[in-house]
Amino acid sequence: MLEVDGIDVFYGDAQVLWDVGFEVRPGELFVLVGANGAGKSTALKAISSLIRPARGRIQFEGEALHALEPHQVVERGVVHVPEGRRLFPEMTVEENLLLGAMTRRAKAKRRSSLEWVYELFPRLQARRRQPAGTLSGGEQQMAAVGRGLMGQPRLLMVDEPSLGLAPILVGEIFSIVRRVHEEGVTTLMIEQNVQQSLAVCDRACVLENGRIVLHGSGQQLLHNDQVRAAYLGL
Amino acid sequence: MDVFLQTLVAGVLKGGLYALIGAGMTLIMGVMRIINLAHGQMMMVAMYITYVCFHYWGLDPYLALFISMPALFLLGVGIQKYTLNPLLKAESLLPENQVLMTVGIGMVLTEVIRFIFTSNYLSVKTGYSDAAFFLGRISFSVALTIAFGIACAITAFLFWLLVKTDLGRSIRAVAQDEEAAALMGIHVERIRSTAMGLGAALAAAAGTLLLPVYYLYPDIGGPFTRRAFIITVLGGLGSTVGAIGGGLVLGLAEAFGATYIGMASEEMVGLIIFLAVLLFLPEGLKRLTRV
Ligand SMILES: Nc1ncnc2c1ncn2[C@@H]1O[C@H](COP(=O)(O)OP(=O)(O)OP(=O)(O)O)[C@@H](O)[C@H]1O
Ligand SMILES: [Mg+2]
Repeated sequence: MLEVDGIDVFYGDAQVLWDVGFEVRPGELFVLVGANGAGKSTALKAISSLIRPARGRIQFEGEALHALEPHQVVERGVVHVPEGRRLFPEMTVEENLLLGAMTRRAKAKRRSSLEWVYELFPRLQARRRQPAGTLSGGEQQMAAVGRGLMGQPRLLMVDEPSLGLAPILVGEIFSIVRRVHEEGVTTLMIEQNVQQSLAVCDRACVLENGRIVLHGSGQQLLHNDQVRAAYLGL
Repeated sequence: MDVFLQTLVAGVLKGGLYALIGAGMTLIMGVMRIINLAHGQMMMVAMYITYVCFHYWGLDPYLALFISMPALFLLGVGIQKYTLNPLLKAESLLPENQVLMTVGIGMVLTEVIRFIFTSNYLSVKTGYSDAAFFLGRISFSVALTIAFGIACAITAFLFWLLVKTDLGRSIRAVAQDEEAAALMGIHVERIRSTAMGLGAALAAAAGTLLLPVYYLYPDIGGPFTRRAFIITVLGGLGSTVGAIGGGLVLGLAEAFGATYIGMASEEMVGLIIFLAVLLFLPEGLKRLTRV
């Protein structure tokens, strides 16, 4: 479905990704793990065309994404829930959600998407008229994921949904991502909670210093000695 | 007391038009994060368009709104698309360089108009230019009262647009977080151009509405750019509600300055308020909301 093939990415003169490649298959929950600064968010930005790779190809269902503008990538159904939530703080929760459905495809289903999101996150419905900036951290993350779902994603990319959340909320967010995935949305998730995310995913790869060092099924990686030593402290 | 009330009325009526100018500049400021120093010059162009409509085709200035506003919308879109957006793509340039570009655009507009119309003073004398009606002993200029009503209607439309429509939400989204807006599927460059166009169209409305009671020459843009700047700062840089308040305050201040200090003090009063705001109230009129 999504094929990232040998991309090199630079910020100015500084290279951040080297020959990064992985594939997300239809219907799966794929996880990209790695330490701080490994380049995980950069990889997602390259997929959404926020930054252009200097080399390599990114293809979604056979079409080259790296030639498109960010808004065209969204139009294809590739929706990116960015790191740090990035809600529009001065707009209400509902306005934020409506902004998630700006593409022609998503606009047509706006009403039903909104009902779906409120059903997944009843707390958002209770706070729909509140400015998004006044939500708690957990609620903001729900709003960010909900806003992503409003775009009727065919591939949902979520960057560290558990960032800054208490452990109990981390579990909640994970189960929501899994639920969304079970509803048939192909999902690419970035996580630092290596143990939990490897346990729920179908397949995963490990990014280290801008290079892919391992990939395999979640279970394989959970039992990989290198992963256990580097990320699980075992 | 009559003089006071008369001055109050004159100030509020003029303030309504200033609010339009300020709201337009604020819209541009909110989305582009720059001060548009060609704002008054854009308004001047709209005034000349209105003049041409009236003088050559006999079109009433209020009807000329339907020509001047779309024309300036297109001019604004063109300026953004062909002169400002390319600057943003040049990584070696700071975004602040856009401001210098707007200064240049303002000069070009002024000189092109001077080339076509020369520096002569022009005016549009309609049947109602000097007409007035009285409430008690307070006189209301017919032209300014109608202009005020239209300005209120346009402002209400602007709010409806910003608050209730997808376009308005997109404009606010781009103003708050451009990158996140792009991830929503919003075409950020197009929204920038649209915002510039809307800002220019608002300035056009103010210019056209002012023309029946004003005079016209190519350098009239400068003083209005200064006013727009003062209003925007008064309004707290980026708040539309603030800009409307700022417009009213400036209109009132100029009117009271003219009545109680002297006609020549109009601009001075504005600049004094400007300094006072910067010194004592750097946030401007309280940010009520950020729409
Ligand atoms: N806008 C930028 N300009 C320059 N360098 C950047 C920029 N964004 C990220 N970097 C650098 O690129 C490298 C990878 O950053 P990235 O955000 O992709 O890491 P990450 O794996 O997502 O880390 P984290 O887990 O902390 O979010 C880091 O060294 C970072 O300093
Ligand atoms: Mg990151």
